Amino acid sequence: MVASSAEAVADIPNGATLMLGGFGLCGIPENLIAALVSRGVKDLHTISNNMGVDGFGMGLMLDAGMIASHIGSYVGENKLLEQLVIAGKLQVTLIPQGTLAERIRAGGAGIPAFYTPAGFGTVVAEGKESREFDGKHYIMERWLKADFALIKAWKGDRHGNLVYRKTARNFNPMMATAARITIAEVEELVEPGDLPPDSIMTPGIYVNRILKGEQYQHRIERLTVSRMHGGAGGSACVFAPTPNPESRPL
Amino acid sequence: MPPSDTGIDKRSLIIRRAARELRDGFYVNLGIGMPTLVANYVPAGMEVVLQSENGMLGIGPFPPAGTEDSDLINASKETVTELPGTSFFSSADSFAMIRGGHIDLSILGAMEVDQEGNLANWMVPGKVVKGMGGAMDLVASARRVIVAMEHTTKTGESKLLKKCTLPITGLKVVDTVITELGFFRLTPQGLLLVELAPGATVEQVRASTAADLQIAQGIITWPN
Repeated sequence: MVASSAEAVADIPNGATLMLGGFGLCGIPENLIAALVSRGVKDLHTISNNMGVDGFGMGLMLDAGMIASHIGSYVGENKLLEQLVIAGKLQVTLIPQGTLAERIRAGGAGIPAFYTPAGFGTVVAEGKESREFDGKHYIMERWLKADFALIKAWKGDRHGNLVYRKTARNFNPMMATAARITIAEVEELVEPGDLPPDSIMTPGIYVNRILKGEQYQHRIERLTVSRMHGGAGGSACVFAPTPNPESRPL
Repeated sequence: MPPSDTGIDKRSLIIRRAARELRDGFYVNLGIGMPTLVANYVPAGMEVVLQSENGMLGIGPFPPAGTEDSDLINASKETVTELPGTSFFSSADSFAMIRGGHIDLSILGAMEVDQEGNLANWMVPGKVVKGMGGAMDLVASARRVIVAMEHTTKTGESKLLKKCTLPITGLKVVDTVITELGFFRLTPQGLLLVELAPGATVEQVRASTAADLQIAQGIITWPN
């Protein structure tokens, strides 16, 4: 157990490889990110599905010029990232989201490589071994590991047992397993025994440091609310997006 | 009545036809944009479970204003709700169920589809690349991949091509294409026009399609 986010990230050196949990702004270790930005660590190699948004989450690390390279699956929410990539100041490697998830899982599970159909015949397959199994084509992907994983859970105890909430789970459980040092920030730090053993999603063996996050903003990237729908048919509410200038279909 | 030129009417035609491919008990992943709207046309009495690749089965409608939850989003990062029977899981579990072939149907948009069933929908060379997200995993492994898209680009160029010109998302992965002009299947013999949209003609489809086109025997017009 550590007392603060600052203490938790105090030994992360320049040039370290970091995994950061979250999908969009959901389930990101926002306090640990803030502490890293305060410390001003440089030349980090980050692994995370996204890259936050301009001004929040990993976007703060981009603003501070802390990231040298990034592996993720979708980085469409940052204007600054575009500028840095075009200027050659940031190397971004984009890989299929399922491949990212499985490479991290493999890293934590001692599986150095595996075959996946995702990306066969595309630029993702370039330079990779491919094989046919039972008439279908697959490419070989390697495991991913990191020096540190920064993850976020809903509840945790001092053994490091973790419970995530709703879709804030996403990449956090795999990242917890795939780093030399895993640091978990939680919204509620509870006593051992408070979490029902059957409900624990990440067993404490994977977690080296745990802390209660100082502050949670509960940011929403794309607020969509329903308009009630009076027409005939099965559903009472409409899925159509509410007008939202931030919302940007693919 | 000929199809209207307005984008909204085109999209409505496409979405409603795509919804008719749903079957009771299906687990379905809907792509960002127009495919998401298929959820509004699930036939009454039919149960379809929507999967979100960020780790959720059983996506409910958008929440009433004021009840939104920052921990409850879909793959477009929009706030959604739970339904009775909803489950949450990790991204690794989510893509295990996708790669494992457990998703019955994936409906997604496209920039180009060619007559071999190749799909391009993730990058345009020269523009900033945002990433493929989960699209490559989905198209490689869903039991059936339906592309729901407008037939032509904004400048009137066919999106159904002999060969994709953009970098592809998946090789020979498309089963069905639905546009405002017709319903097409990818067959070993190539692109087959199976149904016409209300008001569309075979000649009109031929004139708007760059791909080599086969016409099904006994072609019908789908009821509006």
